Amino acid sequence: MDSNTPLPNGTSEVVLRAKKLNVYYGSNRAVRDVDLDISENTVVAFIGPSGCGKSTVLRCFNRMNDLIAAARVEGSITFRDDDIYAPNVDAVELRSRIGMVFQRPNPFPKSIYENIAFGARINGYKGNMDELVEQSLRKAALWDEVKDKLKQSGLALSGGQQQRLCIARAIAISPEVILMDEPCSALDPISTLKVEELIQELKQQYTIIIVTHNMQQASRVSDHTAFYNAEATEKGNKIGYLVEYDRTEVIFQNPAQQKTQEYISGRFG
Amino acid sequence: MTAELRLSRSELWQPNRNKNKLVENTVKAITAAFAFVSVIATFGIVLTLIVETIHFFGVVSPLRFISETRWTPLFSSAQFGIIVLISATLRTAGIAILVALPLGLLSAICLSEYAGVRVRKILKPLLEILAGIPTVVFGYFALTLVTPQLLQPLIPGLSGLNALSAGLVLGLAIMPLVTSLSEDAIYAVPRSLRDGAYALGATKRETIIAVVLPAALSGIVSSLILAVSRAIGETMIVTLAAGQTPNLGIDPTVAVLTMTAYIVQIFKGDAPAGSIAYLSAYAVGMTLFVMTLLLNIFSFWFVRRFREKYE
Repeated sequence: MDSNTPLPNGTSEVVLRAKKLNVYYGSNRAVRDVDLDISENTVVAFIGPSGCGKSTVLRCFNRMNDLIAAARVEGSITFRDDDIYAPNVDAVELRSRIGMVFQRPNPFPKSIYENIAFGARINGYKGNMDELVEQSLRKAALWDEVKDKLKQSGLALSGGQQQRLCIARAIAISPEVILMDEPCSALDPISTLKVEELIQELKQQYTIIIVTHNMQQASRVSDHTAFYNAEATEKGNKIGYLVEYDRTEVIFQNPAQQKTQEYISGRFG
Repeated sequence: MTAELRLSRSELWQPNRNKNKLVENTVKAITAAFAFVSVIATFGIVLTLIVETIHFFGVVSPLRFISETRWTPLFSSAQFGIIVLISATLRTAGIAILVALPLGLLSAICLSEYAGVRVRKILKPLLEILAGIPTVVFGYFALTLVTPQLLQPLIPGLSGLNALSAGLVLGLAIMPLVTSLSEDAIYAVPRSLRDGAYALGATKRETIIAVVLPAALSGIVSSLILAVSRAIGETMIVTLAAGQTPNLGIDPTVAVLTMTAYIVQIFKGDAPAGSIAYLSAYAVGMTLFVMTLLLNIFSFWFVRRFREKYE
């Protein structure tokens, strides 16, 4: 048995709900039948071996897969009960409410200030821009390091600082959810620690989904963990599926599935 | 280590290391010799230009060259105001850039960001065909079609030979260069940057204008500068369509004599070899060379100064 019921949760509201989610690239199915609920103000970690579709699922939540011509999504994802793949939903607007931080820091080749102001401006922010920039950088624990060089290029920062700038940029537009696609995989351990601390802070205000290869990281930062696995098809492709989704301590201490047990004890992946 | 290796092998293994070395060195020497040809050619050309230009300035002072306002090398009271020819070249090249920059940049954006696979498949080869048309064909296109059929009905009194028509068609001729180099620059902008903008809720247009184009700026500017050098050095179109009349000013509707057209005129046989008019062609050539050299240096500096390095 590998299908799964959404995590039962009586305490807080469901923000995102995937139902029978299938993703195809061309004629190949990449992910099958994912059912998953994400509750408000939690940190959810997606873990699993390479090719298990965890990033693919993540990118469905803000419709980044739309940008790949061959990608096709079946099933449904609701964001606060609205189907985000409904024809009348504008992906551009959706993405302004569900922010994203990528695997490699990707600051724009602009000043630190402009990196943050850009998103606010295109989303029609009419308030005080200086204040917003400062607040966002403070929330991303970067303000003290950059407050004297806001005019400098974002690319001049270190990798860890760049990633926190990207987080600041995502927070600046006041999203409700932040998707993080292996945000620490290109960072050194100290920068990683800073980003992890930051995630704990941000949890108070945002719902966060984080894809990670690092199981310790998942156990440190997340409340809930979803374990994905991949199985080979006859054609030689890999299809990812959700094996188990539960509170993080259950996944790491007392998983229901044998595959999960094998993965977290390092027997494959 | 190698000694041990040799011991472990049988008599069947007898590589000729000395022969290998000889072949390697010979190949290296041959490639170096061929690479050196371009160096020698460059030096030879520059040297000829310099020597003949010095001859010219022995007769006509550089001060006259830059301060006189007429270009009449074949008159008895000859004047050599290079500004006359430069003003002509700037008119044709300036119009050309006004045409080539928007056309080239917009088609580059269309090709790299908006066009689907099918449109691309048609547009790209068409642009390459446009780039492959000999400029002399563009020249009589300007002279026999654009001027009489297109421009003269619009602008009454437009002279049959004029800078406007030559410039417009010249712009068309260099537009594929701008397109292709700008497209490369736009294409080189990492996907992750676009994704970053889209993830913030940017539309395609906002992403292109605020993120992609600024990131590709150094490449776009260098393509533009290359196009300017090409426009300044282009010869056939301006010779055929812009005329042979030295004309100082900024009016594009009159016939003008560009630097390149003047050089053609002289070496076509209008001036006896060794005469001062003949030598003046070298001074004009030198001026052209310096102008394009400065542009190239500027482009080199600009690209190094403004190129963003991505991992």
